[in-house]
Amino acid sequence: MESDAGLDVLAMLPEIVLIAGALVVLLTGSYLPRSRQGVAYGIATATALLSATVVPVTFAAAPEAVFAGTFLVDTTTQVARIAVSGATALVLLAGRRSIAGSPRESETAALALLGAAGTLVIAGAGDLLVLAVGFLLASIPLYGLIGLAGTARAAEASLKTYLLGALFGILLLVGVTLLTGLSGTSVYGELPAALAESPAGAVTVGAAAVLSGLMFKAGAVPGHFWVPDSAQGANGLVATFLTTVPKLGAFLAAFRVVAALPDPAPAAAFVGVLALVTMTLGNLAAYTQDDPRRLLGWSTVGQAGFLLVPVAVAPTSALALPALLFYVLAYAVTNAAAFSVTLALPGFRSLADYRGLARRHPALAAALVVALLGLVGTPPTAIFVGKLTVAAAAWQGGAAWLAVAVMANSVVSLYYYLRWIIPLYRPADAVPAQPTAPLRVGAARTAMAGAVLSVLLGVAAGVVFSVL
Amino acid sequence: MLSAIVFLPLAAALLLTVPAVSDRVARWAWVAVAAADLGLVAVVWANFEEPPEGRLAFEERLEWIPGVGASYHIGVDGLSLPLVAMTTIVFLACAIYALRDEDRPRIQAALFLFLQSVSLGVFVAADLILFFVFFDLSIVGMYFVIAGWGHGATAGRSALKFFLYTFLGSLALLLGFIGLYVSADTPTFDMVELAEMLPLQGEPVAGGAVLAAILIGLAVKTPTVPFHTWLPPAHTDAPAIGSAVLAGVLLKMGTYGFVRIAMPMLPEAWRAWAWPIIIVGVISVLYGALVALAQQNLKRMVAYTSVNHMGYVVLAVGVAGLVNSGTEDARRLAIVGAETQMVSHGLITAALFLLVGVLRDRAGSYDLSGYGGLAAPAPRLTTLFAIGAFASLGLPAFSGFIAEFQIFAGAIGTAPVTAVALLGILLTAAMFLLALQRIFAGKTRGGSIGFRDLSAHELWSAGSLLALSLLIGVLPRVILDVIEPAAATLAELVGR
Repeated sequence: MESDAGLDVLAMLPEIVLIAGALVVLLTGSYLPRSRQGVAYGIATATALLSATVVPVTFAAAPEAVFAGTFLVDTTTQVARIAVSGATALVLLAGRRSIAGSPRESETAALALLGAAGTLVIAGAGDLLVLAVGFLLASIPLYGLIGLAGTARAAEASLKTYLLGALFGILLLVGVTLLTGLSGTSVYGELPAALAESPAGAVTVGAAAVLSGLMFKAGAVPGHFWVPDSAQGANGLVATFLTTVPKLGAFLAAFRVVAALPDPAPAAAFVGVLALVTMTLGNLAAYTQDDPRRLLGWSTVGQAGFLLVPVAVAPTSALALPALLFYVLAYAVTNAAAFSVTLALPGFRSLADYRGLARRHPALAAALVVALLGLVGTPPTAIFVGKLTVAAAAWQGGAAWLAVAVMANSVVSLYYYLRWIIPLYRPADAVPAQPTAPLRVGAARTAMAGAVLSVLLGVAAGVVFSVL
Repeated sequence: MLSAIVFLPLAAALLLTVPAVSDRVARWAWVAVAAADLGLVAVVWANFEEPPEGRLAFEERLEWIPGVGASYHIGVDGLSLPLVAMTTIVFLACAIYALRDEDRPRIQAALFLFLQSVSLGVFVAADLILFFVFFDLSIVGMYFVIAGWGHGATAGRSALKFFLYTFLGSLALLLGFIGLYVSADTPTFDMVELAEMLPLQGEPVAGGAVLAAILIGLAVKTPTVPFHTWLPPAHTDAPAIGSAVLAGVLLKMGTYGFVRIAMPMLPEAWRAWAWPIIIVGVISVLYGALVALAQQNLKRMVAYTSVNHMGYVVLAVGVAGLVNSGTEDARRLAIVGAETQMVSHGLITAALFLLVGVLRDRAGSYDLSGYGGLAAPAPRLTTLFAIGAFASLGLPAFSGFIAEFQIFAGAIGTAPVTAVALLGILLTAAMFLLALQRIFAGKTRGGSIGFRDLSAHELWSAGSLLALSLLIGVLPRVILDVIEPAAATLAELVGR
């Protein structure tokens, strides 16, 4: 028993690194003078990188399920760890300058690490109660993070997120209570057998409540309202983090929940409808946006719709899980790259500000084009492979209409991404001379690295798929 | 070998993105790389032998995404090799034509080399996903050509329309590909395997739906009526070399898709839908010719002749699906004609667009009424344009005649009612004669006054394209020997 527990702890090393790192950052930040807070931030960045690098350690050491089956250490969790820790590191690298010197530097970094840890708990949870804990661990840091910017907009976004989070948290708990009450267990692995005799209607309601709660984290309908406001109102670093990282866990958790039901068809259909509504709403709402971060905020809602498609065909398509895992990786890289461009140019709060960027910073403009066309799903970027496999999984799983919806929505989304790309290549001389803030080099480099990574991931998709 | 042909321009394009490269070096490097690529294609052409059915010549295959049955699989046969050759020729002509361009020549060269790579990629791809990757990237590349180098205040709008419209088409196409993939016994995106497996044989509804998705995707790109509305604005605002590539090369991706994907993989659905395809082809022929006749803008006029000429191809491939008519030879003839027409239209229309571009370069307008008597100051332009116009309307001794003669011989032999499309030739003839008369004949006036005739690089680029059209017209065996065996195979495949 003793040695088993030791193994179990080792299997959760990435999560432990994140939480321990967050505490160290918090303590270091408390004892360092304002001018030296960068040290704490550096520790946070190193922690995220370390968490991503220790993932391979757990490959061999870990059994598939640890702590009596309440936490799963399978391919899904490993992919979540790489995506979440890696994206957190990218975000922290890109956001360094947007937070440097602010009074809340180390707190922001610590909260981001805790949010990442919570996301990993959601992704790896093998038990409804652990899922609920993960939900809180991932949500509470967010409320603080959004509010830290201190502006009126941020306060509004923070309050909105908090109220929605509380509401959907309760919904999740209702669902957990219902399913646990019906089955007498909360472990996913035991649910199918334990729920087999339960009334189907009650199981469906419980599952729908759990899934709806997760939609808050996923930034999908019906829990999406906080995403655009927060993307626009929060500090740039925070906006990047909260549109990229927390939702990664939610899709994987939703996939596990749907797969753990004795009759997954009604829940899968429910998710299918949510996917359709989410992608359509997100893409249509992005149409008229002029603030690049708000536009990206709505775009992440649209992307959430695409990411829900494999969840909707989880029980019927063998391709669904690899497609979802690949899309999660692709999304994390591409979205972080696109947001990093807005971090590199913090003064640009309107699409028109980007006029002529291609002449002044050709490499950054190219990175933005790659990231945005990547979000559209242009080959050979990673999201293209993601969308392709997601659509193929939908068709294979008997939901050809979802495949059609994915394609139709991709066309719709192209329009607003192009609204951003077009000004890049317009001559800038028509724009009145404006005081532009200097380029933030760190964020620009991260954006370029992210763009290159998104193409490499697409070209090398075969290698990645072979391990999924 | 084929990989080298495809990726040589791309590698050069990447090198040209280095800012240290001077404009002069960039221009000549572009010409050199395009010429080297053409040389490689010539080697392939010299060593080409029609592969046995179910195989490709110069085949290369590497695993890419085995999880979803997509591989890096390329190769050529008699249907793709002529288009590969035509593509490298058109791009070389554009490189020569652009030797005097002043507007960001280094980036322009890089962009066109990129376009050359992806265009060649489309024609050699033997995997649906690989095909789609190149197909989609060609749209992205052309978008930047129109948006970045287009003239006129509406270039941005036209580029946007082009992108949205053709992207819609490409996603419909992808949907069809996924349909094929999902329906196959062992899911794969490999074209050769899919053509053997015939995934949707015996399922008329699903087969029809998948064919519909693929047809819409290809019809947007070709374009056929009613999906052609993106074409005139895109051409009007694109730079001359952009138009040449768009009409000469990119449109062929649509028609090539018919013969490479739709017909061999969905023969049953193709036969069932042959008549609607024929009707769309005939309408495109007549509508394209009529609208071209009404144009006041010479470039728009040439653009609409593309709708007309691509209509012949659609008509021909539709006729190839009329298996029950019992006219095996006529159907084969139609396919040979369609393939020849693709090459011929690529050469002639690219030349015409390059020549029309000279008008704007000198006098800033494409307006027919803005010129008159241009023959006096610009005899070389007049001669070449007249040759191009006659070649385009299908005068014997040019490639267009070989193509259209075979198309009509095949079509009328199979379905006599298609003779109505002959009217299209009459209309294009009238249109070109009117245009020639208004611009080149009469008293020198308007934009014609002080018009500088073709310079050497313009003469050589457009002139060699027309010379090749003449060569094919006089010695058609050069190209028919390559096309005919592949066309016979395809006619058989459609009959399955």
